[in-house]
Amino acid sequence: MESTAVSEQELASVAIVDYGLGNLRSVTRGLERAGASVEITEDPAEFRAADGVVLPGVGAFREGVENADPLREDLLAVADRGQPLFGICLGMQMLLTTSEEAETAGDASVTGLDLIPGTNVRFAEGQKVPHMGWNELAVERDHPLVEGIDGEHAYFVHSYYAVPDDESATVATTDYDRRFPSIVANEAGNVFGTQFHPEKSGETGLQILRNFVEICADAE
Amino acid sequence: MLTKRIIPCIDVDLDDDGNPAVYTGVHFQDLEYTGDPVEMAHAYNEAGADEFVFLDITASADGRETMLSVVEQVADEVFIPLTVGGGIRTVEDIKETLRAGADKVSITTGALERPELINEGARAFGSQCIVISVDARRRFDDEGEHFVDVDGESCWFECTKKGGREGTGIDVVEWAKEAESRGAGELFVNSIDADGTKDGYDIPLTKAVCDAVSTPVIASSGCGGPEDMYEVFTDAGADAGLAASIFHFGEYSIEETKSYLDERDIPVRL
Repeated sequence: MESTAVSEQELASVAIVDYGLGNLRSVTRGLERAGASVEITEDPAEFRAADGVVLPGVGAFREGVENADPLREDLLAVADRGQPLFGICLGMQMLLTTSEEAETAGDASVTGLDLIPGTNVRFAEGQKVPHMGWNELAVERDHPLVEGIDGEHAYFVHSYYAVPDDESATVATTDYDRRFPSIVANEAGNVFGTQFHPEKSGETGLQILRNFVEICADAE
Repeated sequence: MLTKRIIPCIDVDLDDDGNPAVYTGVHFQDLEYTGDPVEMAHAYNEAGADEFVFLDITASADGRETMLSVVEQVADEVFIPLTVGGGIRTVEDIKETLRAGADKVSITTGALERPELINEGARAFGSQCIVISVDARRRFDDEGEHFVDVDGESCWFECTKKGGREGTGIDVVEWAKEAESRGAGELFVNSIDADGTKDGYDIPLTKAVCDAVSTPVIASSGCGGPEDMYEVFTDAGADAGLAASIFHFGEYSIEETKSYLDERDIPVRL
């Protein structure tokens, strides 16, 4: 796959959800490199108009969920319409139902989007936390997001990991003292997320972003 | 399995024409021109670097502007994590640096002078992007808090400021624990004694910090070759090894370093 050739064609349009969190520069450039035209937006009309939507995120679950709360119904509508919805890092964790992180912050009532039922749990005591650095992806089942990927390394930074209620939601796993889901997807296949940062994972990450752009192009 | 990270460090200064340039030094002094930072970042990315550390060593307003533009150029084209340090003292400095495309900021003097900066930065942007850097110096007196045996002598490690020019009396191990409890997501351990010597990392220093905290530790200063990386991973427990001159001057490539480690069962990203 020639990334330069792809990027000149603008295969699909992607809306990155701007809910006031962090640095969106790298994910924007990565998606552009992968062939997308990118809009950073909080306007639900733009989510609808785009071929696919990215829910980015760094930081804490509770803040993330609260910041994104005004857009909750619009994000659920994206999933409902069958549009591709790609959560990255905290954005992936927000696709699930709850997080131990919100509970330790004294507020168990904060719920995620519940598009992939499950909970986010903290790595065990005694492990170095955050899990920070390059770790290997073991693909557990087919999904267009992992086309051409298996055994490569991706860049992780996180202290909690997703545990979907339904094991079949796990697309790839990674080993950090225990095997945890590093890519998850819903049953319909249009809602998915990576715990790692594809925009920081070198060529492997770009391949995943190209796969995402293809998914968006096919969904048109 | 989580791999050990190999990180080239790029010290950026301004050349006589005000353009960004990479310099490499010994004991934080005697700097030698090494190359163009953006070109070097591209080359190291191709060679398999796991991350970059960029340090603005100009400590001037012009230097800072130039540094941010270097970071922008690198971040737009190189898709691996970037840590940027040098002269960061306020939440606004952190914000500006992250906005230019850095994933993490490295803070030394700014945090020693006002430790609350760590809490404020972690709260605003997340612990994962706050790297606390120490420039440690060995001291063989009884003024420290944590002593280790170095060649039969009792030694402690002092945090210094301003690139090693000023002592603080603060024990590195205590400071590392405090930085972690305030929300630092990673610790970056430099040694004034080992810097540029190529005699190996300061193992007692790195080990003392690794044993005291549970956040990831980047070992820095003194790397003379792949065997020094091996030693700091196995004997000190570091999570990442940083090097400048061995890579900049082409003595060892990142590939060579990684295959040396791989042959000795150190997990690396090949």
